Amino acid sequence: MVKLVDARGLSCPQPVILSRKALQEKEFPLEVVVDTVTARDNVSRAMHKEGYRVTVAEREGGFVVTVEKAS
Amino acid sequence: MKGMTSFFAQRRGIVSAGAVIGALAALLVRWGNPANMGICVACFTRDTVGALGLHRAAVVQYIRPELVGFVWGALLAALLFREYRPRGGSAPVLRFVLGVFSMIGALVFLGCPWRAYLRLAGGDLNGLTAIAGFVVGIAGGVWFLKHGYSLGRSTTMGRAVGWVMPAFALLLLALLFFRVKFTPEGPIFFSTTGPGSAHAPLLIALAVGLVAGFLAQRTRFCTMGAVRDLMLMRDSHLLSGVVAFIVTAFVFNVALGNFKLGFTLQPVSHSNHLWNFLGMALSGLSFALAGGCPGRQYFMSGEGDGDATMFVFGMFAGAALAHNFNLAASTDRVVEGVFVRGGPSVWGQAAVLLGLVVVAAIGWTMRE
Repeated sequence: MVKLVDARGLSCPQPVILSRKALQEKEFPLEVVVDTVTARDNVSRAMHKEGYRVTVAEREGGFVVTVEKAS
Repeated sequence: MKGMTSFFAQRRGIVSAGAVIGALAALLVRWGNPANMGICVACFTRDTVGALGLHRAAVVQYIRPELVGFVWGALLAALLFREYRPRGGSAPVLRFVLGVFSMIGALVFLGCPWRAYLRLAGGDLNGLTAIAGFVVGIAGGVWFLKHGYSLGRSTTMGRAVGWVMPAFALLLLALLFFRVKFTPEGPIFFSTTGPGSAHAPLLIALAVGLVAGFLAQRTRFCTMGAVRDLMLMRDSHLLSGVVAFIVTAFVFNVALGNFKLGFTLQPVSHSNHLWNFLGMALSGLSFALAGGCPGRQYFMSGEGDGDATMFVFGMFAGAALAHNFNLAASTDRVVEGVFVRGGPSVWGQAAVLLGLVVVAAIGWTMRE
């Protein structure tokens, strides 16, 4: 089951705060939907720094940052 | 282009941007800007508001082309890298109010965070008191953010929203370039004495603004976000840019002979520690709740962000209020051989306290 965080339209640092909150539920993969490059980069950097595997894909004028446990 | 995108997103990108902007800020003083005011987003906004005649403090009236450069540099970068997107609708009226109070706080200190850092880099130790207040204000903002503070989502908007600030900036540039006089006395006003009369040549100032706007848009350089991200996420990415900014400005100031260590009688400043601290605490809290320092608000307004545009217009209103109602601080000075410590009037003090209450109320009530 994919855990989804919709952070579209939220300004930084809120997308990162929501992502970290969602991580506490330890459901993977976590998909964070954002609509700015700034939010994409900030979420990716924060999740990567916390030791997760991060992949980014473009979707419908925005981005999906997928966060998974590092294997 | 992809390689450049990745360079700017990395630590060496933000450090390079901070260093370049810091060097240019120090050089702008050499080229004619007021001391320790190579770049001061709040002061430049106040000068511009004065030039338009929206306040009548005769010593601080000049349309600062750096601001036009900030907007257009960010716009060009956003267009070139396909990041330009007209957007808005995230509590614009509150962003206006935050802009007003951020400016009142800044003018009680006599500078925004950019200038607080630059004053420190020029040896003005009041920068330390101000930065301490700034950090405390941001800590308040971080507390609200941790407790669910949000101004709500923005949405994509029509093209006109994104063009408001670039068009306004061009109008300002035209008024400056042609030195338009609406009546024989003005506006447009140009200071003949004081900080408003000290400025780098128009094209140089505009070019510096364009470079700073371009680099800051690419790297998200933010003098408030630097502190906020460290507190909130232990992330020193943006902070490394600000440290590079301060260190480079310091090195250039020393090399150019513009470094003078001390608290009293520093250029365009006062040494009233309590109000330096509280003024910047109000600014820090306002910037934290609005998601960016004054520079970043200009850069985002160039990227198409209508909410940031509202914040900038709030700063314009705040500057007008600050000087019309005697809220802005006076500077340290020597009158007939006697040292007179500057600082805000009782009205300025009351405005800062009122601002802290209003802005904290925004932080408290806008939680999800």
